[in-house]
Amino acid sequence: MLSVTWLAIAAPLGSAAVLLLGGRRLDRWGHWLAVAASTTSAVVGVGVMADLLSRSDRAVQQHLFDWIPGGELEVSAGLLVDPLSVSFLLLVGVVGTLIHVYSVAYMEGDPRRRTFFAYLNLFVAAMLLLVLADSYLLLFVGWEGVGLASYLLIGFWNQNPPFASAANKAFVVNRIGDVGLVLALGLMFAHLGSVDFAGVFASAPTASEGVLTAIGLMLLLAACGKSAQFPLQSWLGDAMAGPTPVSALIHAATMVTAGVYLIVRSGPVYAGAPTALLLVAIVGAITLLFGAVVGMAKDDIKRVLAASTISQIGYMMLAAGLGPVGFAFAIFHLITHGFFKAGLFLGAGSVMHGMGDQVDMRRFGGLATLMKVTWVTMGLGWLAILGVPPFSGFWSKDRIIEVAFIGEGMKPWLLGGAALLGAGLTAYYMSRLFFMTFHGKGRWTEGQHPHEASALMTVPMIILAVGSAALGLIFAIGDSFVTWLEPVTGHVTHEDPVLAVPVIMTLTLVLVALGIGLAYRQYALLPVPETAPVASLAVQAARKDLYQDSVNSVLLEYPGQTLTRTLVFADAKVVDGAVNAVAAGTVGLGGLVRRLQAGRVRSYAAMMLVGVVVVLGIVILAINGKGWF
Amino acid sequence: MIPEDTVVDPMYFVVLATILFSIGAVAVLLRRNAIVALLGVELMLNASNLLFVAFARSHRDVSGQALAFFVMVVAAAEVVVGLALIITLFRSRQTISLDEPMDLRG
Amino acid sequence: MGEQELFWVMSPVIVLASLTLLFARKAVYVLAGMIVVMIGLAVFYVTLEAPFLGMIQVIVYTGAIMMLILFVLMLVGVDQKESLRETIRGQRWIALAAATGLVVLIVTTVYRIELPIRDIGGMNDGGNPQVIANALFGEWVLVMEILGLVLISAAVSAIVLTHLPRSGDRRSQAERAEERVRARLNPVNKPMPGVYARRNALDVPAIDPEGKPVPASISRVLKARKQDKDGSEWRAIGKDEAAE
Repeated sequence: MLSVTWLAIAAPLGSAAVLLLGGRRLDRWGHWLAVAASTTSAVVGVGVMADLLSRSDRAVQQHLFDWIPGGELEVSAGLLVDPLSVSFLLLVGVVGTLIHVYSVAYMEGDPRRRTFFAYLNLFVAAMLLLVLADSYLLLFVGWEGVGLASYLLIGFWNQNPPFASAANKAFVVNRIGDVGLVLALGLMFAHLGSVDFAGVFASAPTASEGVLTAIGLMLLLAACGKSAQFPLQSWLGDAMAGPTPVSALIHAATMVTAGVYLIVRSGPVYAGAPTALLLVAIVGAITLLFGAVVGMAKDDIKRVLAASTISQIGYMMLAAGLGPVGFAFAIFHLITHGFFKAGLFLGAGSVMHGMGDQVDMRRFGGLATLMKVTWVTMGLGWLAILGVPPFSGFWSKDRIIEVAFIGEGMKPWLLGGAALLGAGLTAYYMSRLFFMTFHGKGRWTEGQHPHEASALMTVPMIILAVGSAALGLIFAIGDSFVTWLEPVTGHVTHEDPVLAVPVIMTLTLVLVALGIGLAYRQYALLPVPETAPVASLAVQAARKDLYQDSVNSVLLEYPGQTLTRTLVFADAKVVDGAVNAVAAGTVGLGGLVRRLQAGRVRSYAAMMLVGVVVVLGIVILAINGKGWF
Repeated sequence: MIPEDTVVDPMYFVVLATILFSIGAVAVLLRRNAIVALLGVELMLNASNLLFVAFARSHRDVSGQALAFFVMVVAAAEVVVGLALIITLFRSRQTISLDEPMDLRG
Repeated sequence: MGEQELFWVMSPVIVLASLTLLFARKAVYVLAGMIVVMIGLAVFYVTLEAPFLGMIQVIVYTGAIMMLILFVLMLVGVDQKESLRETIRGQRWIALAAATGLVVLIVTTVYRIELPIRDIGGMNDGGNPQVIANALFGEWVLVMEILGLVLISAAVSAIVLTHLPRSGDRRSQAERAEERVRARLNPVNKPMPGVYARRNALDVPAIDPEGKPVPASISRVLKARKQDKDGSEWRAIGKDEAAE
């Protein structure tokens, strides 16, 4: 299967092209073509992994074609197949396929379903290109492809202006991150002389720390944009405007994981730039608390999940920022998170489907008996994200918390404390979501008849729930996943954290139990008001995403607008003014001359005669002056 | 043989021709009737013809007379075309006033 | 009479006649003045040892070109009087100033030259027409040929300019008669003017069988000029009634 790795990208890409160009005649069966294309990617992923497991050399670089044979800059398009990229290939393939299947039912009745599937395929293809590329330049192509596809999907219902502007927001914020990646590419070419992974990593150890730090910071900026990390996190909440399967895809498999991938993939660069690495960890820590705080206050089920994604990605960034010791756990958590977050989102979609597109959790409640499959699958996802043993979140998140406590001085206490606190907050807001939705009294609006979704939707949910439940355990047995990733992350000897591992684990579980208990008392036992009650300033701030949009407005939007207005004013008055003055002068002159051209033949004759006399006079004067007579 | 003192100084013909030419030019400029304007042009041509002939005699060269002859031929051609234009103008506008064809307005 | 006397007599006549161009309101008078100018110039040509040109001036210029212009003048309305009031502001002053400037410039310039006055004969040896013919078909033959082309193209262009293509098909006499009947017009031809057997002048209307005059028989041009007669003196009925 190794030789046909390219098929994993080509199949969804070709399918997207067929669906977009094929027109309405594909409306009837086009979505199944998309599902088949995505399945192809998943199957190729499984085959490639099997091939890779049977080899001793677990990093295969495949040359596809010469891409930019331009003098000093020679880039060839190639694929890098190693444990890291194959993990992503499998995650994207499997989760993507499940979401495809789910979407067949979810988008039924939408007149543009075929287009939707074309975009989904494009999304998958771009993400696979991103993770399989063997150079930063080719990765950038996939990076932009993901940005484009997410823009198209978030704004899929763009007849609704807020949805369209949400898509614009995602696109613009992503552009900021893209600038970072472009600058990183330029720095690599200028100082390391290469943009492919092999070349960059080979020359990275010899480069100066300043260069590597600059590259690392630029890569971090790029990762922040794509992974919705602080301070570029604002787009992810609004990205809920897209159909729910899109949210699942963005949050679980594609898009937001790209930033983590980029950091982990660039490990050799960060190895020479400890400052940049520390900043990665700090950004991760801030983001995980930020997301958790916002998640506690939101009433919109999808926005709670979005905040939770921001928070969980923060965990991954934190782990990635801890260096090689954390890389493997970042990816580990990424994979498990991919499964349980996809499951949670599909569950949320199922709830919305049953409740007539209602998203306000205060109008849910008591759905456990009516939507049993959704209840069970979301329950498994909930336990997984909480990190309750033996579900998968426990195996990945607890390891990150442990690793965060490794180090000297203040750093382990701050980072570890943040991670520990985040776990407790996560437990609270996810339990809040779960109890508000499925337990307590039904607070439905009139005319709502909650019902379970069709098998096409429930089967993917069940599969994902099984993954959420069991995947962590499978990967954690004998550290199999960490070993599998070793060719990429390198073998790291485990230092002991500043607190003993059992202590950390106990603390975590206590905090989680505390969160669950609080949420249960507040939202399952006590009645939940149907409208959000007046709350303290802190809660109000959290409800408004901790004023992220206002901060952006004050810091970026208003100065930008002022600058633009000034430039427009200068352009209109100075540049255009000069141009217009010239034009007006010409028009005025024309108006003067026009009076001579009044269409009167005799005036023309008079002008002619006057001209003859004047010329004659000049000639005679000239001759006299020359003394020719 | 004409005695020399009885010969008219060509200077006088120059003055006469200039006066006639100017009268013709002013007629073209001031008269609105197209035919009168055409006659003004004819007068200007004749004034130049007079000069040709006078200088031909003064220089004892018959070429001047030949050129005057050519001017007449050109004048005849010009009159033919001019009259054709006037008739066409009259047909389409029922007038031959030079101020009428304001379509030339720029 | 000597040459100089002739000049001083003829030149005022010519200038005065040419002034009709500026002051005569009727185009016909202008044309008459121009004819006088042409003939006066012909006289000068003869005295300036160019008798051939003098003849041409009278025969071709005055006799043909001026008559052609007169023809067209008749065609477009001999009666049109032109107002001498100037309509373009400043045009008169521009014209006068330019003309005066031209005269002053040329005269003052030429005045300083001394033109040769040689009258030693020999220019017209063998006869003026022969000498001119030699010049035209010798030295100037190329110009002669080209002017032939100019004349031909002028003739063709005049024909093209004045040619009116027929719009629609030619209608037969039967169709025209049918149209007249349909339009409730007189289906027969108009009667010729004049009272036959007594008088055949164009200004007297025809008399119908009842003895009444037929106004339509007189040309409308005569009516417009009020040169028609009512024909009462030639009316048979009128006389009979008078007798009774």
